Amino acid sequence: MWRYMGRKLGIYGITFVVAVTINWMIPRFMPGDPVSSMLNRASVSDPEALERMNTYYNEVFGLDTPLYQQYLSFWSGLLRGDLGISVWLYPEPVTDIILRHIPFTLGLLLPAIILSWIVGNRFGAFAARSKILDNTVLPLGYILTATPYMWLALLLAWALGVVGGFFPTAGGYSFALTPSWSWPFISNLLTHWFLPFLSMFLVALGGWAIGMRNMIIYELEADYSNYLQALGAPRRLIRRYAFRNAMLPQITGLAVQLGTIIAGALLTEIVFNYPGLGTLVLNSLNNNDFFLLQGIFLFVVVGVLIANFIIDIIYVLVDPRTRVQMTGGAS
Amino acid sequence: MTLRVNDLKVYYQTLRGDVHALDGVNFDLADGEIMGLAGESGCGKSTLGKSLIRLDGRMRHVDGTIELDGENVPIADDRAMNRFRYHEISLIPQYAMSALNPTRKIGRMINELLRSRGVRPADVAEELDRRLELVGLDPDVLKRFPIELSGGMKQRVVMVMATLLDPSLLIADEATSALDVSTQRSVVESMVEFRDRGYVKSMIFVTHDISLVYQMADTVMVMYAGRIAEKAPASTIINDPQHPYTKMLIGALPEVGTTTEDTRLEGIPGTPPGLLHPPTGCRFKDRCPIASEECSQTPPLVEIEPGHWAACWKTGR
Repeated sequence: MWRYMGRKLGIYGITFVVAVTINWMIPRFMPGDPVSSMLNRASVSDPEALERMNTYYNEVFGLDTPLYQQYLSFWSGLLRGDLGISVWLYPEPVTDIILRHIPFTLGLLLPAIILSWIVGNRFGAFAARSKILDNTVLPLGYILTATPYMWLALLLAWALGVVGGFFPTAGGYSFALTPSWSWPFISNLLTHWFLPFLSMFLVALGGWAIGMRNMIIYELEADYSNYLQALGAPRRLIRRYAFRNAMLPQITGLAVQLGTIIAGALLTEIVFNYPGLGTLVLNSLNNNDFFLLQGIFLFVVVGVLIANFIIDIIYVLVDPRTRVQMTGGAS
Repeated sequence: MTLRVNDLKVYYQTLRGDVHALDGVNFDLADGEIMGLAGESGCGKSTLGKSLIRLDGRMRHVDGTIELDGENVPIADDRAMNRFRYHEISLIPQYAMSALNPTRKIGRMINELLRSRGVRPADVAEELDRRLELVGLDPDVLKRFPIELSGGMKQRVVMVMATLLDPSLLIADEATSALDVSTQRSVVESMVEFRDRGYVKSMIFVTHDISLVYQMADTVMVMYAGRIAEKAPASTIINDPQHPYTKMLIGALPEVGTTTEDTRLEGIPGTPPGLLHPPTGCRFKDRCPIASEECSQTPPLVEIEPGHWAACWKTGR
C-alpha cells in the first residue's frame, strides 16, 4: 500500500516538474513583449524616458537575464511562494491576485462538479429501474449533454436573469457592497453564484446520468446478477451490488472530468463575468501578463494533480481488485 | 420420486417467431439420482436446466407441469417460484467463474445472500466451513475476493454456496466445462460426495461430455432437437444404446486403446434441424440411417425395459 502511494507520488512529482517547465516556457515563447505593451498603455512620448523605463522594468521582472537564469530564479521563487509581480496590475504580487480570485472559482466548480456527479449517478441509477423513467430521463439527459454550454448559459441568464429577474447575470457580488461576513453580503454572493453554478451543474448532469444508466444496465446483465436472481435474491440486493460496481468507472470518469476544469471555468466565468480564475486568464492574456498567466496555470496544474491523487486513493479504497493487485494478493 | 416433468414446452420468443427449444419433455428423477443430461449444442439441455429454476426474459412456458417432491413448481410465475429457488432448487451455473460479485468478499456476499433468503448466516456458518474443507478449500477463502481465487477454487466455492441450504434438486449446467481435466475430476467427485452425504437429494448434470457423465451419473438422458431421445442407466447408454441417435453419438466417442489406423471415428452426418420451424414426426429422421415411413409420425417416449426409455419407432417393439 505505502509502496504504491510512494510510486504514485513520484509520478505526480515528475508530472509537476514537467508541467511547471512547460508552463514557464509557453508565455516566454509567445509573441508580444509585455513590458512594451505596458508602457504603451502609459503612453510615454519621450523616447529617452521610454528607453529608460524599458530597461528599468526589464530589470524588475528579470527579463534581462539569460533564459536559464530566468528558469532557475523562477523555481527558487516558486519554492518560496513568490510567483513574481503582475504586469497588468503592477505592482501587485501574482500570488495575491490569484488568492483573491481562487475562492470564486473553487466555490463555483467544486459544488457544480461534485453535485452533478452525485445527482447524475443517482438519477441514472433511478432511470435504469423502469421503462417509463428510462424513456423520459434518457432523452432529457441527451438534450442536456448535447447542448452547447455557452448557449445553455446564455439561455439561463436570459430566462432567469433578464426576463425573470430572479438572479443577477453578472459579477461575483454587487459593487455597492464591501466584502464582509455579514448576511446581506453572503446572500448577495449566493444570488450571483447561482446562475453560473446552475449552468455548469445542468450541462454535466446529463452525461453522468447517461453513463450511470448504461453501466447499471450492463451490471444487471452481468453473470453475478443473473446468478443471484436464479438463487432468488431480492432485486434490492442485486441493485445494490450493481450500483456499487457501476460506480467504479464513474469515479474514473470524474478524475478525467477534473482535467477539463479550466475550460469549463473559463467559459462560465466569461459568460457571467464572474471574478474567478477564468476571467483572470482572459485578462492576463489580453494584457500579455505572463507572470500572472503562469501563476494561474500553476495553480490549475497543482489543483488537477491533487484532485487526481485524491481520486486515485479513493479508487483504491472502493475497488478491492486494485487493492489486491497492490498488496500482491495471496492465492 | 423427487422430480417429475410432464410434457414440458418452453419456447424462446424471437422476432421471427417462437423457437421450440423444449417441445414436450417427459422424465422422472428419483431420490438420490444423478442424471447426466447430454446432447449437441442447441438441443435444449441448457434450456431444460434453466427452466427448472428461472426462465429468463425471452423464455416462455407454453405447456406442461413440473412436480418436485409432490408439489407443483410454478415455473411460469417468477414471484411464486422464488420460494423454491435456493431452498429447494439450486443451480451451479455455466459461468461459475464470474458468478460471484467481484467487489465483495466471498463470505460477506454469501452472508448477504443468506440473509436475503431468510436464513441467519450464523446458523449455517459452521456447516459452510465444514463443506469448504470437504471440497478441499481453506475456510479463509471467505475473507478473500473472487479474483484472488483460481478458476477451480471459484467453482468449488460456488458449489458449496449453491448447496448450502440442502436443496432437493441441484442443476449443474456445464459446471465443469471450463475446467481442466484434473480439476474436473475433483469437482465431479465432490458432487457425488455431496449427494452421498445428502446435501443434495438429486442432481441434473448438464454436459456435452458423455465420458465425464459416465464416471459420475447414475442415469443419462440424451436430448435431440428439443426432445428426449433416450434415458437409461449410464452403463446401458454407453454399452447398449437403443436409439439410433444415441448409438451414433456413442460411436463418435474415442476409446482408449484404439488408434485411428484400426477404426476411423465416425461423426454423425448432417446437422440438427432448426427449431424455429421444427420438422414434423421424428426430428432425427433426416440424419437417421434406419428411418422409414412411420418416422413421419412423432415417436412416443416408451419404456422398452425397466428404467430404459427411448423415443424411436424401431425400438418400441
